[in-house]
Amino acid sequence: MSEGEKPAVRLLHLHRNDNVAVLMQDAEIGATTRHGARCISIPTALGMGHKIAVAPIAKGADVLKYGAPIGFAARDIAIGEHVHLHNVTSRYTVIEDMEAGQR
Amino acid sequence: MTHAMSGWLREDGRKGIRNVVLVAYLVECAHHVCTRIARSFSDSEAQVIGFSGCFPSRYGQDMMEALCTHPNVGAVQLVSLGCENFRKADLMRHIEASGRPVNLITIQNTGGTRAAIADGTAWVREQVAHLRQMPKVAMSPSDLVIGTICGGSDATSGLTGNPAAGRAFDRLVADGATCLFEETGELIGCEHIMAARADNPVLKEALIRSVEKASRYYRAMGYGSFSQGNATGGLSTIEEKSLGAYAKSGDSLINGILRPAERPPGAGLYLLDVVPDGPPTFGFPNINDTAEIVELISCGAHAVIFVTGRGSVVGSAISPVLKVCANPRTYAALQEDMDINAGRILDGDATLDDVGGEIYDALLGLAAGGTTASEDLGHTEFVLTYKNASAPEPGCHPAA
Repeated sequence: MSEGEKPAVRLLHLHRNDNVAVLMQDAEIGATTRHGARCISIPTALGMGHKIAVAPIAKGADVLKYGAPIGFAARDIAIGEHVHLHNVTSRYTVIEDMEAGQR
Repeated sequence: MTHAMSGWLREDGRKGIRNVVLVAYLVECAHHVCTRIARSFSDSEAQVIGFSGCFPSRYGQDMMEALCTHPNVGAVQLVSLGCENFRKADLMRHIEASGRPVNLITIQNTGGTRAAIADGTAWVREQVAHLRQMPKVAMSPSDLVIGTICGGSDATSGLTGNPAAGRAFDRLVADGATCLFEETGELIGCEHIMAARADNPVLKEALIRSVEKASRYYRAMGYGSFSQGNATGGLSTIEEKSLGAYAKSGDSLINGILRPAERPPGAGLYLLDVVPDGPPTFGFPNINDTAEIVELISCGAHAVIFVTGRGSVVGSAISPVLKVCANPRTYAALQEDMDINAGRILDGDATLDDVGGEIYDALLGLAAGGTTASEDLGHTEFVLTYKNASAPEPGCHPAA
């Protein structure tokens, strides 16, 4: 990081197995963050609580937060990418649908 | 940090970390008399609980029996109006059988409000003096039953407070303690993830069923789950949202499902299923955080971890409530009401393990002279409403 740049945005890696981490503060476009020894640049402005990938996630692979799958990657996700509705698909079988089928 | 934990040994072998006299009304009509009796004593000496009645309730009876024989309770003053539909003789026998002093005042037979208050105050005064002389015995973490709840949640709850509480739970379970988590209505979407932690196949199916039941129940009540606001806050799926609440349970194996007023059959980690079986009958399973805290206590919780983001201030009758504040701004605003500042994780000043350790130390400290902020402020909230009693979940307890 060069002189005059803003300090790195803090990341919260909730579980050692997670391939995403959570921003602990708001990030502007071009902000940087650190995960271990790696410096990651954040491509879009993101609010606190949003997630970025800290490992490459192949299409179809589990997205892991809290050490557990929160869905799967709808396409390949690169390190540093915002992980959200556009590239994560819920694997959860919605209970409402199951109920509707029983009627 | 070393703790010299100690408590009061009860006849059933459980040990209490508090030694309170309960002043319990058996119908709302006797509530005022109880409040006036308790007024002569400190918050730690006498506390008011009760069931508002007046229709018969198996659930209300079970809850009152469990609460009046809770390990933190040393003696019970029951106050009846006289004509209510409550099986007070059964309750009294249940308390007597537990070895606790119990006294019943029936207002209609005692000459009214003033005489009932005088009689009750005199009896409670004797019990307070008696309990003060009662010797304490050594306790260890394995004697503890700890509940956890989140309320007044915000985006920080699932990031700091809940996972930190989970770390504390993992340490307690490893110590041989008993830990209780809830709320199946907030676990919708992660029931399969939770079920993977069941310690046997029967329990695995039961855990999934308990969440499906909650989903049906809340939907029948017209209550939704995943919102646009959740997505704006960074949550992408229902699994992710539910995992934020589920993180309170930690990583240990799950040993069973409990129903309100049911004692855990052994040490380990249990889901408290607060949603009644069958269609909604009396409304929401728990109308507020306090009703939920009281159900955790009814299963024997010595203390309850309460994770809050927006900033709840409640405590409880019977058992201390340890407030873990997930949001650093809330902590700054409500510091006097909070015990643990989990928001330091967001400020980069502490890790989840650090805060989990603080929660663990604070809980053990409650049996070594420590008190919670809500206790110091005199909070002794209590709510007990109508609910359908649920039968114990069959086949999902570890073999004794």
